Amino acid sequence: MAENAKLMQGNEACTMGAIAAGLQFFAGYPITPSTEIAEMCSEELPKFGGKFIQMEDEIGSIAACIGASLTGKKAMTATSGPGFSLMQESIGYASLCEIPVVIINVQRMGPSTGMPTSPAQGDIMQARWGTHGDHQVIALAPGNVKECFELTFKAFEYAETYRVPVIVLADEVISHMREKVILPNPSSYKIPMRAMPKNPAGYKPYGADPDGGVPLMAPFGQGYRWHCTGLFHDESGAPSGKAAVAEKLLHRLERKIEKNAQAMEDYYAESMDDCDVAVVSFGSSAMAALSAVRRARKEGKKAGMLRLKTIWPFPDQALRRLCASAKKIIVPEMNQGQLVLEVERAIHGKAGVIKLGKVTGELFHPDEIYRALKEAF
Amino acid sequence: MRTEFRLSGSGGQGLLLAGIVLAEAAILEGKNAVQTQSYGPEARGGSSKAEVVISEDEIDYPKATNPDYLLALTADSYKTYGPLMKDGLIIVDSSVNLDSEIKARTLPLPILAAAADTVGKKVTANIVALGVLAGLAGLATRDTLRKAVTARVPKGTEELNLKALDVGLGLAAQSGAPAGSSSKEISP
Repeated sequence: MAENAKLMQGNEACTMGAIAAGLQFFAGYPITPSTEIAEMCSEELPKFGGKFIQMEDEIGSIAACIGASLTGKKAMTATSGPGFSLMQESIGYASLCEIPVVIINVQRMGPSTGMPTSPAQGDIMQARWGTHGDHQVIALAPGNVKECFELTFKAFEYAETYRVPVIVLADEVISHMREKVILPNPSSYKIPMRAMPKNPAGYKPYGADPDGGVPLMAPFGQGYRWHCTGLFHDESGAPSGKAAVAEKLLHRLERKIEKNAQAMEDYYAESMDDCDVAVVSFGSSAMAALSAVRRARKEGKKAGMLRLKTIWPFPDQALRRLCASAKKIIVPEMNQGQLVLEVERAIHGKAGVIKLGKVTGELFHPDEIYRALKEAF
Repeated sequence: MRTEFRLSGSGGQGLLLAGIVLAEAAILEGKNAVQTQSYGPEARGGSSKAEVVISEDEIDYPKATNPDYLLALTADSYKTYGPLMKDGLIIVDSSVNLDSEIKARTLPLPILAAAADTVGKKVTANIVALGVLAGLAGLATRDTLRKAVTARVPKGTEELNLKALDVGLGLAAQSGAPAGSSSKEISP
């Protein structure tokens, strides 16, 4: 056991997960607390013919990733809050044009430059609604170092399968933390790959089932000619201002994620079956929460822990099902209350929802959540 | 059983690396280990803190809640974290003036001086400190510690750092504190 176990950092595990999934292109602008990902990509990618580019800023970084993805390469960037904000316009472009791209956002304390080296979880809503207009993204939140590997791998799977930007919402604690990790055998990986057309003749770049179908994606530079535009477009890729075209496109993009939302629900649940008070959290806050829940259970209190790994699309069904017995739900998060809004919406009055925000730039102490649990009982 | 270490000092002293080596050694011994850090925006100077939690069991919360061992290499870090110590042991560099308000059991050791004079390089203070902590906690054999140091220090500095490790282990042995027990088990 000890032979295969490695002391690994969250950022390192993200990078390894990306490489395992077939990462071939990284463009980024280093920013704390994500910098180790860029550092490691600059070392590792050239070893197998991949490309690393340090760009002039985060706007250039995401644009370069989108370009690389259009040529058929798996592309990723890594950043933190300020850089993530700069990337938003292009995330909208990737969403409308259906270009797979993975963005690691290691959350730090904001807004603005904030406290660059301190953890926070304030980008829940930015991840979902950072770019303008109705659009779809997927966001996954790792809760330990091993999940940094697993969820980054999964981010590529979703990006390639649904042709959508996927955000890995890590935080400073998880990403800088080192712990013992035993990685799966590489031969067990099922490398994700986008569906490609077989023949340029008659290729319709945006032709797909109107009920959430995913079009085949032709790589640029291999004989296909198609128009990729952030204007609304018809099945041929040509710009269109027609109401019917716009509605049909946005409907398909919405259904593409919505109809697969349940399949994407991913979480860690402990002692939820008979719980009176549930704690629903994610990322590093959930580590403090789990410690508090276990302590309460030891004292005979029916506390339960639900840690969400899938944040967007929000796992409504799983939350309702797992919290069925809960009379109260506490939502600890390192922000002033973002995830709690979604929990309230999904629970729809079936349980009392208690907001527990923390914005000191420090991780929760288990005692803080334990106290909230005691008050709730 | 959960053993918690807090290593504190100023940025650039290499305490993060010492924490990593400590965690690595624990893993080589088949235990679970989690290492976290907090630091200011400065590359050098400012305050720096690394924490290591070691346990035979699963570690749910990664930060130190009631450290068994606090290492303080600077007066600032001693004054910041010393008062938070309940029943663990403070290991403070001998150059720091002790404060009578800080009540936890305290062991002053000449870590910085030993690095500069005995090892011959001030920058090895982190590995001397690692030797002290590992020696006092008795969490890994010398062989394991040597392996962990070799794996993590910059290439070309292995011999120097292995010497620093032995100097640290020596300081721990001479301190009179029994190996394998923090003050949580020792009556003051």
